Amino acid sequence: MHGRPRKDPKPEDAAASVAKAEKLRSLQSQFLSNHHKKIYTNEALEVSAKLLEVNPEYYTAWNFRKLAVEHRLSQSDSDPDSIKSIFSEELKVVESALKQNFKSYGAWHHRKWVLSKGHSSIDHEMRLLDRYQKLDPRNFHAWDYRRFVAALMNRSEVDELRYTTDMINSNFSNYSAWHNRSILLSNLLQRKVQGFFPKEVVLNEEYELVHQAIFTDPDDQSGWFYYLWLLDQTVKADAPLLVSSWPARDSNLIILEDQCLDDCALSPFNTFHSDSGTFPLIVYFNQAVEGVNSSTISVESVLNANSELTWKPLSTNNSPAAQVWVTYLNYPKVDVHSEAYPVEVSIGHSGGIISSSGFHYSHPSRFAFKVFARPVKTPIGHGGDIISWQDGNFALYETSPEEPNPTISLDQLNIKDDNEKTSSEWRAETIANEIALFQELLSEISCKIGKLTLARLLKARDLLLSPCANKMVYSEEVINLYSDLRTLDPPHSQFYKDEHSLTLLQQITSTRESLLRYCFLHGDGTSSFIGNSMCLRLNNLSLSRMGSIERLLWVQMLDLSHNELRSIEGLEAMQLLSCLNLSNNKLCGFTALGPLRLLKSLKVLDISCNQIGSHSIDTTRYLCSSPLCHTEEIDWGRDETVTGDVNLANYWEAFVIFRGLSLTQLDIVGNAVADEKLKSFLVKIVPTLKWLDGGELH
Amino acid sequence: MGELAAEKHVQYILSVEKRKDDLISVAMEHLRMNGAYWGLTTLDLLGKLETVDVDEVVSWVMECQHESGGYGGNIGHDPHILYTLSAVQILALFDKLNVLDVEKVTNYIAQLQNQDGSFSGDIWGEVDTRFSYIALCCLSILHRLDKINVEKAVSYIVSCKNLDGGFGSTPGGESHAGQIFCCVGALAITGSLHHIDKDLLGWWLCERQVKSGGLNGRPEKLPDDFPILNIQD
Repeated sequence: MHGRPRKDPKPEDAAASVAKAEKLRSLQSQFLSNHHKKIYTNEALEVSAKLLEVNPEYYTAWNFRKLAVEHRLSQSDSDPDSIKSIFSEELKVVESALKQNFKSYGAWHHRKWVLSKGHSSIDHEMRLLDRYQKLDPRNFHAWDYRRFVAALMNRSEVDELRYTTDMINSNFSNYSAWHNRSILLSNLLQRKVQGFFPKEVVLNEEYELVHQAIFTDPDDQSGWFYYLWLLDQTVKADAPLLVSSWPARDSNLIILEDQCLDDCALSPFNTFHSDSGTFPLIVYFNQAVEGVNSSTISVESVLNANSELTWKPLSTNNSPAAQVWVTYLNYPKVDVHSEAYPVEVSIGHSGGIISSSGFHYSHPSRFAFKVFARPVKTPIGHGGDIISWQDGNFALYETSPEEPNPTISLDQLNIKDDNEKTSSEWRAETIANEIALFQELLSEISCKIGKLTLARLLKARDLLLSPCANKMVYSEEVINLYSDLRTLDPPHSQFYKDEHSLTLLQQITSTRESLLRYCFLHGDGTSSFIGNSMCLRLNNLSLSRMGSIERLLWVQMLDLSHNELRSIEGLEAMQLLSCLNLSNNKLCGFTALGPLRLLKSLKVLDISCNQIGSHSIDTTRYLCSSPLCHTEEIDWGRDETVTGDVNLANYWEAFVIFRGLSLTQLDIVGNAVADEKLKSFLVKIVPTLKWLDGGELH
Repeated sequence: MGELAAEKHVQYILSVEKRKDDLISVAMEHLRMNGAYWGLTTLDLLGKLETVDVDEVVSWVMECQHESGGYGGNIGHDPHILYTLSAVQILALFDKLNVLDVEKVTNYIAQLQNQDGSFSGDIWGEVDTRFSYIALCCLSILHRLDKINVEKAVSYIVSCKNLDGGFGSTPGGESHAGQIFCCVGALAITGSLHHIDKDLLGWWLCERQVKSGGLNGRPEKLPDDFPILNIQD
């Protein structure tokens, strides 16, 4: 019983209770006896009705009544009156049960069952619902039943929408009403029902309505969640769009098989070290999509026949949909400096790319880049020297003005038709209005959801403006809001921290100037910084999560050490990554390293000083592909031979992560799980490993 | 912070098991199978599963099974998917899954899947995402997920996703923490967590914690002593 304190019963009450228990027990046994003997007489029906009146949760009794109805129907002679009375009796039983407990699943379902038999006084049902919903406007059984009846009688969604308006107007704090409103409105907008198109007009009215709710009682959550939904409707792009790619649009990519760089004119932003004969072509969408293949994306170049190309979704859980897709193109081997090999990528010219929510990629677009190959002078040896991440090995990268801009986005690619233009103008205007309104509200009261909403509005504004301005106007204000929120609302500080990290990364990657502050050349500590080893150093930024990866696809060496990362979701898109430092973070399990499985180029990995093995509960376990979620099969028998005498079952998480990687250098010290047994296990399953925790292997 | 009074909890659970004749026990005898699972799981977590008579429990569980393969809440009660899961879970706790006719139980559950991927609770047709979770959980324990249409089961659950990131009992149903536990659990078991907007749902769930520290099931409702577990980080 919810909300009632427990007390010891008084002696008189105890005696009465025992008597009641005996009565109930005998009623229940009597009922069960009738049920098993299939006795459907009036007396038997009485017994079941009495039982359900006092104990509507006794589900077998509802089953019995249904059987009794079917029995009586088969006996009666299709006389409409007697059929009607049979059903009426059932409805009465339901009503009396609901009096006892109006949240009884069994009772509500029985009513639906009766109604679906065809006996219906719909008006009566609606009146009943009105009564229940007045008693408790949040009773979700009643709302569900309402939906059921409305469907049965083909009541229009517009009428139902009006009902939610009435409920909301009588009490703003009715989350159930707002929820139903969001469902009905979504359907009406999606089907472009007359009176609900264009959506801008409808949404403006909704903003008016929800403003009233929020400003009347800013602490009540109902209006705020609806507001969040409205904001989403305002800002989101339904159709999938291409957001970025690597190689980037209009770039000149230079493939180097060399370790030695004698040409200082080469920019690290558009060179790529490879000795595999291929380079990746990565496309990054704004949402997860399926259907990317050589028919839906065509790649024209002399390097490859389009039909040969297979596109792979970069999903960490074997899902066929992903936000990022990759294919591999050949590059030529040359003796002298090559000419440019142009590559043109066309996407969306034939349908087939479709988002998880069912929207088609509909903006045909093209982008092109050029590939240059260089002759090999000194081939890259296998393994090479050990990479050190110490500060002394890095020097800030000095850029030249002619350098390509790594932060270019593909938004300009997305052709906007007239419809889109008025749409985006309305969007910008609406967001601006809302921002002004909330800044005013927050100047008077300090309200947590208000601040969070304002932060979201400001971010939305920046996102809408970003293609043109390429600058985050509001990011300082947003960062401050999140800092405020961490003090104002400590239980949710992890969430605010994550949002803070995302905003910070957006800020850093928004302009060339800001990004270059974090770009360093990596060398061996001597004065000469050989080669093109550029490292993006994002350490000591208190990052709890990664973001803006669509702008970082060019990164080959990444230092994320000394942050607070619990997960590295999104990192799977960084297909060029060969050196990664994740030391001194808060990674709690091998499963958190799931994204690394897709980084085939990864050679150097530092995960030292994390918390792998420190916690008995692995919170990222189900987010990655694993045998536990039936998406990964480990052949325990066959794989035993690979791992020798080690019990695979003890290290399956490490096995799943590391078996596909060709690492040459690994640092794992400083994790509770990193004992000698694990280390020798890893050496066995990663045969390419040359350096482990700073020591050379033989 | 104090320590958990484990011994007292164990005694309480054992006493409830013996108590069958007071009003509350009689009124709830139709869900004894659920109660047994909750009590036994608690004992197992406290490392005291051996304090109950395994054979007695197992034979009682098996007496609740029907010809259809499903289990009722108690002896003589009709079969339902709710109690079928609890029965299988209890047997799994005791490592006694071998007493089951796995085919029979699997068939019972598989037959409850509807065309749209949803699951009914029993032959009378009530549909609810709770039952989807139950079916997937049960078949996962029995390693028989191949007997149902998992893809359709997942897409039905996704169709119950709401605009606040949560899940309801049926399409259009309001988000409720209990339903969310079931839906998220089902998606986790089938490796389909990518369908969830983690940030949105995570936020909604965190908002369930009220000032007193307790958790409510939905916005603007009172906190409940029904702990809301979910598999999220």
